Amino acid sequence: MISLDNTLIYKAKDLYYDYLGNIPALRNICFNIGAGELVALVGANGSGKSTLLKILDGLLFPTSGELMAFGTRLSEKILETGNLAAEFRRRVGLVFQDPDVQLFSPTVWDEVTFGPLQLGISKDEVISRANETLEVLNISSLRERPPYLLSGGEKKKVSLASVLSLRPQVLLLDEPTTGLDPWSQGNLIDFLLQWADKGKALVFSTQDLDVVEEVATRIIVIGASHDIVADGMPEEFLSDSDFLLRNNLIHEHSHRHKELVHRHPHLHEHMHEH
Amino acid sequence: MTGGGFLARNIAGFTQALESVVVTEDLCHAPGLMQGLDPRIKVVTLMLFIILVGLAQDFTLLIAIFILALLLVLLSKIPIALYLKRLLIFIPIFTAVIAIPALFITPGTPLLSIAGKAVITAQGAHTAGLLIMRVVDSLSLGLLLVFTTPWTKLLQALRWLRLPSLVVDILGMTYRYIYLLLHTANSMFLARQSRTIGGFSGTENRRWLGRALVTTMVKSQYLSEEVYLAMLSRGYQGEIHTLNELTLRRRDFIWMAFALAAISLMVWSIYL
Repeated sequence: MISLDNTLIYKAKDLYYDYLGNIPALRNICFNIGAGELVALVGANGSGKSTLLKILDGLLFPTSGELMAFGTRLSEKILETGNLAAEFRRRVGLVFQDPDVQLFSPTVWDEVTFGPLQLGISKDEVISRANETLEVLNISSLRERPPYLLSGGEKKKVSLASVLSLRPQVLLLDEPTTGLDPWSQGNLIDFLLQWADKGKALVFSTQDLDVVEEVATRIIVIGASHDIVADGMPEEFLSDSDFLLRNNLIHEHSHRHKELVHRHPHLHEHMHEH
Repeated sequence: MTGGGFLARNIAGFTQALESVVVTEDLCHAPGLMQGLDPRIKVVTLMLFIILVGLAQDFTLLIAIFILALLLVLLSKIPIALYLKRLLIFIPIFTAVIAIPALFITPGTPLLSIAGKAVITAQGAHTAGLLIMRVVDSLSLGLLLVFTTPWTKLLQALRWLRLPSLVVDILGMTYRYIYLLLHTANSMFLARQSRTIGGFSGTENRRWLGRALVTTMVKSQYLSEEVYLAMLSRGYQGEIHTLNELTLRRRDFIWMAFALAAISLMVWSIYL
């Protein structure tokens, strides 16, 4: 039975996941995620971030270990059909990294109404939610457009809308800012900060440390060996350039000062006005 | 040395296919007569016209239907040159397969002899002419539907006509992802062209094409697995539920009355 008032949303214990039985994707993953947390999953390419998000969304199941969500152990059988599956799908939404995967319906409107309709929500409520979601993301004008004729930024927004219309409690985002121009990226960050509140949880994977700094209240770093190498407040780790270098999250930057070639870790310091 | 031509031809083909999707999509939303009609009414009435074309035995009726189709094309603001071009692409295919054999195999009065061996009969020419006109009419009506109905509305109409939900869903997703795979294939050809100086032999081109096909297939398989996960993630449990938001308006009833009257008149003329 899914607990409705549990502030602990996920409890992962010794999760392992292998592709094709022998290609390690995740090793010994343990964490708890509670309501109100904004968690950034950070790691180099191929570290297993996308796999972990799919496990948190009940699409893949760990090779070994246990994942509890809302007090229930997730398993293929539980999520196959029935009320429990529908309740979990209603409460957790995943936005895939590639919008072309996410956007399979003929039009934007069909896309945004897809989720609520599958979960048996009444038609009037589906229409009202879809209209509201399109409005909030400022994409009402795209309503009748087919996804293949949208720009990259528009596709990302529609992908997000297709999940937000479920009104999820947990939003999982796989590299949400990849491919967005700085303006759209800023808009998305503003939206996420507005969306989050005490009852909800946001878990997003990213390689952009600026986004981590702006959005996350917690960072989980997955290392090259596919296990968690850090879990804590972002400021604890983001200022530790040795740690970031060791985990391929920044690179050593070479540049020339007259005759001297100079190397140092590449970090960005922002200055902006309010 | 055929590499440059081979790549350029394929890139042009892909680009043309992608452009034609955009052009058709724009036409479907033009403010014309047929675009304003309910897709269900359009599918049903145009299908009735196509059945009538199959039953018609004389040229006058077939020509009348063709003129009606052209009139509807004009009233639907479809560029006539584009329409005729699309029509002409398909006609030779059907003509070669169906009409040419009919010229020779239908028994009757000899009309023309080719090299003293093959004989075209008057009845054969009449049958072939009828077959060609039927093809022209059926394609005209089919194209009219495609040019004036967004693919998504057509799917809704098919769903309403009780075509199995699984078939409609697969059709919809196929159309959506063909566009994406066309883009992928186009990018592969462009990437190869950007690294090509001069050209390659036919054998090398065929080998590369084979590899490109395999790569596209592997990509499409990966895509299908991911799309399935994305569907599951949003509550898919084996059957897609959709909103049926189609509503009939006054213009739909007027068109339906006109179409049924015309069809009745034509049927009456057949059996008169």
